[in-house]
Amino acid sequence: MDMTGREIWTTIHGMVFGFIFLLGFSGALYAVYAMRPEWLTAEGMKRTVNLTKASVWALAISAWAAVITGTYIVYPWYRARPPEGATDLGNFPRYLLLADPGTAGWHQFGMEWKEHVAFLAPIAATVVAFAVSYYGPTLARKVGERRAVMIFFIVSFAAAAAAGLFGAFITKAAPVR
Amino acid sequence: MTRMATKISDKPNGPVAAALLAGGIGSALFGLIVFFAALSESFATALNWYNPVGPLSGKSILGVAGFFIAWVVLHALWKDKEINFSGISTASLVLLAVGLLGTFPPVWELFGGG
Repeated sequence: MDMTGREIWTTIHGMVFGFIFLLGFSGALYAVYAMRPEWLTAEGMKRTVNLTKASVWALAISAWAAVITGTYIVYPWYRARPPEGATDLGNFPRYLLLADPGTAGWHQFGMEWKEHVAFLAPIAATVVAFAVSYYGPTLARKVGERRAVMIFFIVSFAAAAAAGLFGAFITKAAPVR
Repeated sequence: MTRMATKISDKPNGPVAAALLAGGIGSALFGLIVFFAALSESFATALNWYNPVGPLSGKSILGVAGFFIAWVVLHALWKDKEINFSGISTASLVLLAVGLLGTFPPVWELFGGG
């Protein structure tokens, strides 16, 4: 069960920060959706709002942590160029995937999409966190604003989910060791 | 409900509109940079600001900076104002869609990139 330093960082990127966001999203989304005056008492609204604020900021921070660790720690290992004439590409995932037409698509589509779309997740999540914090309980009466916030949140999740899904597949096909 | 309504005072929607639009601007900016980098190798090379990360370094720094700068500017302009939220919301979502399309590899291939 030994893990290399690179494997530990890859796990932190995906299975800690990414996982926190993807797992916490549905609860936070429902909390925003359920901020309706007809569903909650004043006390219930106050408790819901405080918990929702903490949740959405935690998710936004997780999303930022995921893209920063992914881009500046794990990605350089993924895209490192092998020495001239190297035949064992096991430690050079990008080149390993591209060397075989059967796996090249994991990089040309999977990684190229994942490494870019992921950045939309923390941007959108931060917007959501700000809106929930700014309005607090007032968000319950702001139908249009709540709808826009939920759409941003769903887009944030979709971006993170695409990045996470292809991250998992690519790690299986060509792990960073 | 009545007790809650009397305790909550309405805040202007300007700051939230600013955040939403800034999110859209940052996403669209990032998407367009990614798109044009996929179409132009020289542009991609110019975005290589940190070699271990490659062009993604320049793309991500510009996109994220664009988001935060737009937010600061728009917040300063709208912080005490009531904005036409519907229009700003629609614009923000359209810009978010531009970001999603710009980061999707099949879109690059449609224009000969990738």
